[in-house]
Amino acid sequence: MSDMGQAFVLALQLIAALDAELLEIIARSFAVSLAAVAIAAAIGLPAGAALAVYRFPGRRAVIVLVNALMGLPPVFVGLLIYLFLSRAGPLGFLGLLFTPTAMIIAQAVLVTPIIVAICHRLTRDLYEEYRDQLCSFGARPHQAVRTILWDARVSLVTAVMAGFGRATAEVGAVLIVGGNIAGLTRVMTTTIALETSKGNLALALALGLILVLTAIGVNAVAMSLGGVSAYRRG
Amino acid sequence: MSILPLSLDEVSFRAGDRALLDGISLTIESGPKTVILGANGAGKSLLLRICHGLLGPSGGEVRWAEGTTRQYERQAMVFQKPVMLRRSVAANVAYGLKLRKVEAGERARRVADALRRTGLTDFADQPARLLSGGEQQRLALARVWALEPEILFLDEPTANLDPGATRAVEEIVSGIHDSGAKIVMTTHDIGQARRLADEVIFLHRGRVAERAGADTFFSQPSTEEAAAYLRGDLLW
Repeated sequence: MSDMGQAFVLALQLIAALDAELLEIIARSFAVSLAAVAIAAAIGLPAGAALAVYRFPGRRAVIVLVNALMGLPPVFVGLLIYLFLSRAGPLGFLGLLFTPTAMIIAQAVLVTPIIVAICHRLTRDLYEEYRDQLCSFGARPHQAVRTILWDARVSLVTAVMAGFGRATAEVGAVLIVGGNIAGLTRVMTTTIALETSKGNLALALALGLILVLTAIGVNAVAMSLGGVSAYRRG
Repeated sequence: MSILPLSLDEVSFRAGDRALLDGISLTIESGPKTVILGANGAGKSLLLRICHGLLGPSGGEVRWAEGTTRQYERQAMVFQKPVMLRRSVAANVAYGLKLRKVEAGERARRVADALRRTGLTDFADQPARLLSGGEQQRLALARVWALEPEILFLDEPTANLDPGATRAVEEIVSGIHDSGAKIVMTTHDIGQARRLADEVIFLHRGRVAERAGADTFFSQPSTEEAAAYLRGDLLW
């Protein structure tokens, strides 16, 4: 059997055996990414809907900027957060560098523009449709923001899922600010990078498979929710 | 104290060089059902939107009764194409009441009343967007009825509806009038104006060409434009 075939078999064995190290890394990955996405959604959803509702000078520039930030290179974000959190940096006194918290911050910074941009696109059209009716009801702009967020809730799940996909798949930022410390800041992507370079292909492949399955699962949920929302729109 | 009368003083609205509304001075009192009649492009919808406050006039002034406040909460509007919130039928009715901070018990009572009066009780828990066109317009009427406005603007509410749905809408509009709201409605349907109007404001090319009691207007229009419109002549 080839090396690759062997690695695959070992990988499947690791998954089937619910290997403790594997499970720990998966759990940490999800915990970090879920926390980051929760923070990013709490900021990004209201911000995206506000961009659809409020009219202010420089609004278009903000939209362009947010869309540009969707493609932020993770390594660069990692470097910036590193500089902020390092001992000599402005937030160095917090002692957060090389902790899961630092990784959550880095992923939240990466994911927030994605959620803002997608949420803005989804709520902009809805607000176009609603605007006269909401004005007629006497809704203030902040009430209009709440209304369109609620009425777009099903499709907004896709924005959050896209953010989650980006967070779990990202390696550069968490590697820099987390340091890939075994048992503390090691997540799926950083482990894959490390184990591959060490030649431990089985663990790397097992984690890779889990990552791919996660991506498929997330997309399947997003698509089926899209179907539900199309039905409810009538 | 009522927010009526509503006074428009030399109201105009311009888009670029074109005056879509020009020199409109009107006083709208409580009481009779007012129908704004006129051809497409005469400025009917625009006038309603300016009265309701969705648009500001380019010139002139829109005034509610002196000493009244929060007028935007005391009026309502029904659009030609109803916008259904992506919620249940009952939640659509409750929405405006929540914005007005009507407390929960009173809100539930008013929602149930409005649905019953518009024949939508059985649809209460359905998604509003799955209703037919006629049912959606009835829901739009239920929504504004629940708000108990002092004045209700309706912008061609039956333009997209079949005769059966049109009759249902007209009956509900009369019901809202009977419950004490001032009705101001646009239409280009002369038959509908005859059925509903107590008085007619006839708009022609952005100006008030004529204003009269319905009987007078339909039997003896005083302007050539109104007479031509009633005969069914093409005005331009």
